Amino acid sequence: MTLQEKTDGAAAAAAPPRRTRRQAYETRVRRRSNTVAAVSTALVVLAIVTLVPMAPGWEAVKKSFFNAEVFAQTFPRLVQAFLWDIAIFAWSVPLITVIALAIALARDTRNPALFPLRLFGILYTDIFRGIPVILVVYLIGFGIPGLGLPRPWNSPYIWGTVALVLTYSAYVAEIFRSGIESIHDSQRAAASSLGLSQSDTMRFVVLPQAIRRVVPANMNMLIALQKDVALLSFIGPVEVLRQAGVFKSLLANFTPYVGAALIFLSVTIPATRYADYLIARQRRERS
Amino acid sequence: MLDLRDVTKSFGGNRVLDGISLTVERGEMVCLIGASGSGKSTLLRCINLLEPIDDGAVFLDGQDISEPGLNPDPVRRRIGMVFQSYNLFPHMTAEENVMLAPRRVHGKSREALRPKVTELFTRFGLADRMQHFPDQLSGGQQQRVAIVRALAMRPEIMLFDEITSALDPELVGEVLDVLRQLRSEGMTMVLATHEMKFAAELADKICFLDAGRIAEQGPPSEIFKAPKKDRTRAFLARIL
Repeated sequence: MTLQEKTDGAAAAAAPPRRTRRQAYETRVRRRSNTVAAVSTALVVLAIVTLVPMAPGWEAVKKSFFNAEVFAQTFPRLVQAFLWDIAIFAWSVPLITVIALAIALARDTRNPALFPLRLFGILYTDIFRGIPVILVVYLIGFGIPGLGLPRPWNSPYIWGTVALVLTYSAYVAEIFRSGIESIHDSQRAAASSLGLSQSDTMRFVVLPQAIRRVVPANMNMLIALQKDVALLSFIGPVEVLRQAGVFKSLLANFTPYVGAALIFLSVTIPATRYADYLIARQRRERS
Repeated sequence: MLDLRDVTKSFGGNRVLDGISLTVERGEMVCLIGASGSGKSTLLRCINLLEPIDDGAVFLDGQDISEPGLNPDPVRRRIGMVFQSYNLFPHMTAEENVMLAPRRVHGKSREALRPKVTELFTRFGLADRMQHFPDQLSGGQQQRVAIVRALAMRPEIMLFDEITSALDPELVGEVLDVLRQLRSEGMTMVLATHEMKFAAELADKICFLDAGRIAEQGPPSEIFKAPKKDRTRAFLARIL
């Protein structure tokens, strides 16, 4: 290498990389749209902050919904009650997974001897997807303990959970089924051509791919379930919504409800972001 | 070994196979040629019982395998099939793809299978690709894994459904080399193919399919050099 070449190389490395015309244009556009977005957001926030307090009832609302003193007094107990929500959620999820998968497979059977199973699968999903969750919670949560079962089998924690599990299994079963149907026939053909039985084909070839494919959709179901646990407050369990209701009556103040809402958001917002991330990743993988 | 008699198959009102009769002897290589839609793929799928035939019969070593109601699984184990679009299982490594059927069908353990499977991968130049997933392999490698997967079941006859049609031209050669190797080992093979040079070089028999019928069949020297039928001549003129 000659001296001349050496200095040329050093000069090339030192010079800042020249931006293309396209890059310069894109930077300009980005800068402008960021400015517009910042200004318009600032205007909207300003409008809310100045206009809302001008409403005639603002002072009363502020005292009954955004009372710092009540918030500080009740929030720790609310968080404690939320542990019940988490517990109910935690033992519902495995049950839902197992039942939903069984229902999805039952709806997929082609064996005539298993037709009753298939019929059951169809009826099950039709019924439990067709009734509002709160109604199922009422019917099961009040109805079954009404049979006069001995303790602890009359607990609203048990039957409330059952109501949620039955309802959500119907939805999740449909998600699993759509996943199973989304696996291309050529995969089954390849498995069959190797002499694999129908059940082995399902177990080793179709299901592993199908379940992976519907993870984002099921994440959204989990987020919905996490919120619907609060419906059980109507039949007895002292979870976060019920606890907030108790405080409301006690203190004649609605701030505990705002506290409960914040607790739910602190869980659901990260969970939705994670689900979005999974969906985006899957789209990237498939393209 | 394989004997098709007057096989017919319709999809809806569309007669895809219209009285196909064909025999394949042990160790023979038969190539099915013809335009797309002429019934080549359907014929292979019918032999492998992926599609039930409407009428006629398919005999494998004298056994009527086209009998309605027959359990297809034991028959399929004797017949290997490779598809145009590879159809590897995307959630398994190449090795798992190959081992799945022998494990489940023959009840063998991974350890018992490993020497044989490793040998198959090595034989087809894939020894360093065993732990790769399908999407980490080129099209040619995927197709070779698919062939290994079928061979691992020790089939008596292999069906190849246009296995080079989805490949980039520079990858076709490596897959055809695998077929040459199988041919030299005496495997009985039926191919649906557009690779005329390859068919002319290696096939024992060429069948020209046209609108669900075998319009003409014979040794490659006859079909390619001196076709008797106008349709065969017209088809060959179009593609050669």
